Amino acid sequence: MPSKHSVGVSMPVKKYVHFADLNARQRARQLLDEGSFHELLGPFDRLMSPWLTQQDIVSQSDDGVVIAQGCIDGKPTVIAAIEGGFQGGSLGEVAGAKIAGALELALEDNLAGIPTAAVLILETGGVRLQEANLGLAAIAEIQSAIVALREHQPVIGIITGPVGCFGGMSIAAGLCSYLLMTREGRLGLNGPQVIEQEAGIEEYNAQDKPFIWGISGGLQRYQTGFVDACTGEDLDAVREAVITVRQQGIPEHHRSDRWEHFLALLHTLDPAETMDAAVAKAMLTRTSAEDDTATGAQS
Amino acid sequence: MIPSETPTAMTNRGQCWFDALSTEMRSIPTPVASLQAAEGELGAHPCHLLLVKPDPDNLYPRARQGEVGLLEGWGLAQHLNTLIEADATQFETTASTNSRITRRTIVALVDVPSQAYGRREEALGIHQALAAAAGAYARARQAGHPVIALLVGKAMSGAFLAHGYQANAILALNDPGVLIHAMGKAAAARITQRSEEDLDRLAATIPPMAYDLKSYASLGLLHELLDVDNADQPSDQDVRQVKHALEAAQAHIMAQQDRGLSHRLAGKNRHASREVRAQLRAQWRTP
Amino acid sequence: MNTFTLTLSAQERASSALLTPTQVGCVASGDLEVMVEPHRHPASEQAVINIQSSGSSSAERWTHIFQLISQQQPLPPMRMDIHDFAATPGVVRLRIEQALEMAQSSMTQPSVNQPNTPQEGPDHAI
Repeated sequence: MPSKHSVGVSMPVKKYVHFADLNARQRARQLLDEGSFHELLGPFDRLMSPWLTQQDIVSQSDDGVVIAQGCIDGKPTVIAAIEGGFQGGSLGEVAGAKIAGALELALEDNLAGIPTAAVLILETGGVRLQEANLGLAAIAEIQSAIVALREHQPVIGIITGPVGCFGGMSIAAGLCSYLLMTREGRLGLNGPQVIEQEAGIEEYNAQDKPFIWGISGGLQRYQTGFVDACTGEDLDAVREAVITVRQQGIPEHHRSDRWEHFLALLHTLDPAETMDAAVAKAMLTRTSAEDDTATGAQS
Repeated sequence: MIPSETPTAMTNRGQCWFDALSTEMRSIPTPVASLQAAEGELGAHPCHLLLVKPDPDNLYPRARQGEVGLLEGWGLAQHLNTLIEADATQFETTASTNSRITRRTIVALVDVPSQAYGRREEALGIHQALAAAAGAYARARQAGHPVIALLVGKAMSGAFLAHGYQANAILALNDPGVLIHAMGKAAAARITQRSEEDLDRLAATIPPMAYDLKSYASLGLLHELLDVDNADQPSDQDVRQVKHALEAAQAHIMAQQDRGLSHRLAGKNRHASREVRAQLRAQWRTP
Repeated sequence: MNTFTLTLSAQERASSALLTPTQVGCVASGDLEVMVEPHRHPASEQAVINIQSSGSSSAERWTHIFQLISQQQPLPPMRMDIHDFAATPGVVRLRIEQALEMAQSSMTQPSVNQPNTPQEGPDHAI
């Protein structure tokens, strides 16, 4: 994308826009430089889920994913934004292929000398169970594409909105070069209901909202090193954070390559202690984990 | 103390096949007790066999039955990245001498019932641990290691994403004990507010929802289904046959230029995945 | 899920050619997606409305809604697609009127959308 527009941060009149209140298309449009939004496979292309209709479920014209090319701070960017309102932001065949395909084309750009970066706006419960194995396969392909693209240009994840980011897409989030959250965002692998069902209510009470928000909310995830920034919900703050990390280029170490750090910390678990946000924070912010023993009972 | 799980469904297929396939290999240390590794040759090519297995003494009780949890995810990441770096260094130092050093083949032996579901897991960022493992496998494949997943038991959702789904080729025993899915049937029924009978009925016409291997194969994600006599206790013939299949898959991978996953798109029930990519490409703007 | 196609005669003057393709709303619980676009054949003088609805709604219900709407504003010749996820009649009317207004306003860009009414999504594994 040529940098025709360099509007970005110096708009004359600024209005407060609550990022989480925007739908996926608006989030994508508002993050891109004004006038640079070019949607691919939009609603009028009508590439909808071939599987939902067969199950008597109403489909959405874009299958819940918005793909847009444009510029951020004048630099070529592709955005994939997941609509949390449609089927809980879950990914089926089409939705997943849109994200994977966009990332694959961004990689091709880079191999051809065009420095296209990617922004993923993740409001998603993960695999769409009505398309189960094709959703899972698509998420594996998204993960592969992130790992390939992040060697060339940053892949920036943003987590916001009431659904949060869960399931296979939380794993994809963990592969991003940079991960941003708003305070209202949530990040975790397994949804609370599923954990309660699988592990029992003594292990995990899906109704215990303070606990769940405590461990999976934006501030906690920031303070425990799982995201690079926790912003307010102001659109400008989110945009600013995206521009800032983009300028940092490819990180020296990806978060997913910090096994030494995390393995050392994980061995300091006190099995007798009930896990909550405070305990997690104390464990994960220890600076000298190396001198703890593998059985580590102190905390 | 959280009481340890009763080992009702303690799986051992993974271990059986690991032992059977590694008789002529040497054991390799791993960062955590729930990972087991061995190294030897596949055909004439160096090969690294890697298993995630039950560890009744796992510090994290929710990962004692072969689930992929915090230690398993980060452990896989460390183990694989160390291997990748070692081969990359060797590659650089020997490439100029035109010797026949190549990157090791990695065989992920898959029998993983699920990711670990638990309080500690969520609080301590299991998503990031699984990302580390998936990322390491993807890196290995993209760096040129032939990566093969051999499915001998369960290959469930997040666990499979972290251990196996990034492979160049996925091979599966053609046996009812091999299960590939995003969610077990009982849980999926509860979450989608359907009965298990409803799910069975839907699965009969919706291949991506089905729990059987034939439907899964129609998605085009499998390299090969392997008929064996005894998936629980493999006979010598079974082991020979699987080794042959692994060798053939390895040769197939090494003959390909592409280190991506685009070959998975050819399945008869992946029409929309192809169509989306074709149309995205047509609409993509390059300056 | 029920599907209907309503074919209504469009009021004169309203021109299909001036419509901007417009999409509003979302297939979220209690909400719907409405898409408006001109006919491929400009000569067509009808409003063709394709409806997918998750509820047990009837064609009569939808006909009634469009009768009410057309009393307020003339329906242009158009193709309209509705993907309804159990929205109340009030929300349905709001979305349809939004879509028509935006499609007929030259100021709007294609596919502009309205804010979500966020819902707690279903709890998925992976």
